[in-house]
Amino acid sequence: MNDVSAATDPASSGAAVWSCEDGVWTLRLHGDLSGAHRSWPALPPTLADAGPVRIDAHALQGWDATVAAELWALQTQLQRRGMHLDLAGMPAGLTDVLWLAGAGDGAAGQAATTPARRAQGGALQQAKLTIAFFGEVLLALWRGLRGRQRVPAAELLQQLDQTGPRSLPIVLLTCALVGTMLAYMGGAQLGRIGAQGFLAEVVTVGMVRELAGLMTGVILAGRVGAAFAAQLATMQAGEEIDALRVLGVDPIAHLVLPRLLALLLMAPVLLAFGALAGIAAGGLPAVLVYGLSSAEYLQQSLRAVTAVHLWIGLFKGMLYAALVALAGCREGLHAERSAQAVGEATTAAVVRALVWIVAAACVTTVAFTAWGY
Amino acid sequence: MDGPSPLVQVRDLSVMAGGQMVQRGLDFEVRRGEVLVIVGPSGCGKSTLLRHLVGLELPASGQVLYDGQDLHRGAEEPRAALRRRFGVMFQAGALWSSMSLGDNLMLPMRLFTTLEAAECERRARFKLALVGLDGAFELMPAQLSGGMRKRAALARALALDPELLFLDEPGSGLDPVNAGRLDELVLHLRQDLGTTVVMVTHEIASVFAVADRALFLDPQERTMTAIGAPEDLLENGPAAVRSFFGRAAA
Repeated sequence: MNDVSAATDPASSGAAVWSCEDGVWTLRLHGDLSGAHRSWPALPPTLADAGPVRIDAHALQGWDATVAAELWALQTQLQRRGMHLDLAGMPAGLTDVLWLAGAGDGAAGQAATTPARRAQGGALQQAKLTIAFFGEVLLALWRGLRGRQRVPAAELLQQLDQTGPRSLPIVLLTCALVGTMLAYMGGAQLGRIGAQGFLAEVVTVGMVRELAGLMTGVILAGRVGAAFAAQLATMQAGEEIDALRVLGVDPIAHLVLPRLLALLLMAPVLLAFGALAGIAAGGLPAVLVYGLSSAEYLQQSLRAVTAVHLWIGLFKGMLYAALVALAGCREGLHAERSAQAVGEATTAAVVRALVWIVAAACVTTVAFTAWGY
Repeated sequence: MDGPSPLVQVRDLSVMAGGQMVQRGLDFEVRRGEVLVIVGPSGCGKSTLLRHLVGLELPASGQVLYDGQDLHRGAEEPRAALRRRFGVMFQAGALWSSMSLGDNLMLPMRLFTTLEAAECERRARFKLALVGLDGAFELMPAQLSGGMRKRAALARALALDPELLFLDEPGSGLDPVNAGRLDELVLHLRQDLGTTVVMVTHEIASVFAVADRALFLDPQERTMTAIGAPEDLLENGPAAVRSFFGRAAA
């Protein structure tokens, strides 16, 4: 009889020891094995692949769930090698717990993994979802324009209230800060080439054409897009959207259109206020640092605003707002049914909206400039 | 000896969930005015089958016919109209959380009937009273207890006076007293309003209390292994069915 490896714990009396006699391996458990978190002896490397493995537990005085867990792991390991663990002579409770835990072949896990994996999907799958979603929204809009689809007025009013007035202060603040930055930086750079007379024009055109829309879009993505995703994903988790579907109500028309329209209606207002705040705030460094008079600044600003700049700014801002609404609703409607999915949908909505906004900003800027506007 | 034609015919239906075949070869009908209970162990596909019966999922193969009209194929508009003939009570209630109970009941009426606002409200109040939620008209779903939420969901399922009612585990998560009350309510609806009921459950007490017939879904065989009166299944059904009924009845 030769001891191969043993685990003893000085704090308690118990031990688990492997031994081999006539080619039959035995794990001897003796003493009190409960309570202590000890490391168990590894499977002896010379363990033959065929013979049965026994457990000798007649000297075992105490055990707990840790012992059961170790034995279960051992049993699983042996089974994987096509060997059998002989449980005869073990305390009845321990045998019973092992029986309860089952064979350890992971059958339940295998049965359940398919849906989760499918739901994650690849990038291609996600892109397909997005395109399909855009198509559905366009169809619903088309039906709405032709009067075949009523947009729920109560829902629209509620969304207008939630998105517009409450976003205004933060849009004003961020646009004012950006306007200040733009004037400060612009003044310094223009000063080098002696073109400070263009400062008001730089600030005004920058705010109206590009930055008011961009900042509004970013704020809406964080404030409203995230809220859309969270609302719809929670409704999805609670089967509320299914409850609409079984009534024959199209969730796109009932939930997505009011949100999209609310943002499209609110965007011009937010944009206008944001641009004004940016231009006004840009006047501070212009007057205080670069020595323009406030009358000059105002006059130059007014001259710089042309119809083309206004239309382009409006178009861009509304495009970003639409992208925010679509990103939020897309993530919310396609969320899984769980609390974690709600969080994931919210994050994904913000990220998606920001990426879409920046991509759209780049494309439109290049396009309008190339066309000579 | 043919009785009146069945309300729902399910023909060779196969249902998938998460890319896996859950049940195949389902062939049964729902008779007018009966309470049909779909039973089986957890994970056998009861709720999945229900989602197919109400048109939320497309079947892998087979048909669901309501009065001979296919629920899953054909033009969108008549199928949507078909769905409004039945009410669905979801497992967790699925009340629209941004609306009061009253609005939850009145939304379907507003969308699909030409009733005056006052008429809608009277009907909604009546249906809440039917399920014992008199005076809860203004409450929001979040303010309700679990039992109240289930009853409110039942009231909403009744909003459009459906001829067929689908209930997904109405008794789950309720104490025995409240679960029993819900069973009674279902029986009254059938008796007094003539509503046909299809109910998914794994609570045997509830099966024997309300069911005219029970449909047993077997998770191993992946198909229905028995359909009939519950007492009959307990006596003469296949072994798996007898043990399922017997264990809970004992």
